[in-house]
Amino acid sequence: MTTNLKFTDVEVGTKLPALSVPIQRLNLIMYAGASGDFNIIHWNERFATSVGLPNVIAHGMFTMGAAIRVVTDWVGDPGAVVEYGVRFTRPVPVPDDGVGAVLEISGEVTELLDAGRVRVTLTASSAGQTVLGKARAVVQLA
Amino acid sequence: MALNPDFIGRTYPSSEPYLVGREKIREFARAIGDSNPAYHDVAAAQGLGYADVVAPPTFAIAFIFASTSAVILDPDLGLDYTKVVHGEESFVYARPIVAGDELVVVNTIENIRAAAGNDMITVRSDVSTTSGEPVVVTTVVIVARGTDAQ
Repeated sequence: MTTNLKFTDVEVGTKLPALSVPIQRLNLIMYAGASGDFNIIHWNERFATSVGLPNVIAHGMFTMGAAIRVVTDWVGDPGAVVEYGVRFTRPVPVPDDGVGAVLEISGEVTELLDAGRVRVTLTASSAGQTVLGKARAVVQLA
Repeated sequence: MALNPDFIGRTYPSSEPYLVGREKIREFARAIGDSNPAYHDVAAAQGLGYADVVAPPTFAIAFIFASTSAVILDPDLGLDYTKVVHGEESFVYARPIVAGDELVVVNTIENIRAAAGNDMITVRSDVSTTSGEPVVVTTVVIVARGTDAQ
């Protein structure tokens, strides 16, 4: 674990640079292949709407994986993320309309822990609605 | 509740070792749209002190997904897969996953409970190297919507 970000350089309330992640159907197809999660609701609109979803929805794990970039970009070394957990509170519909969806991610240091670690609380929203709850990471700083 | 509570505490034997591939890490990182050099460039990862490219924090799902799916799809458990949604997920790392790691997964059904008309099942996956070094513990909460009402 090698990061230049020092524990003494952050405080509760330190904001991480925010991110905006566009999501198209292609991203979900790529994620299905990379993760092995081929659940039909993530790529087939006919099926997704037949089970009551507004459209094809992003894998929760895609959203979780994309969101932590706000932390890994900040800290540099991805191995500095020692804990990461989320609750999936709302699906992210990804329409096939040439626009798709956009995930807005931000993060803030919310707790200073022992041994140079900090807790970061993340927010993730799409179309103005929160999509992850209790999204928190523990990060090892230098 | 519709789910069989006898399954709480059941542990599913260690899977065949999963060899973490450099290209799989790169593929996963591309899929989540992350160009962090530590995921793609061996020299960059080595510059951070790793033997090879390092895996993104949620990469473990790529090899845990199949084994936890097999657990929750056990017909005797009684889960209706068409009603399943992903409720929660967490990762607690002892150390990051690096290309070349050979990992085994042991799944345990930690809890089954009913809440607000839904059934919730919690599965913990303990991931370690083939030589027994702990690497990561993941916990997933799967929600089966409305099974209580039936």
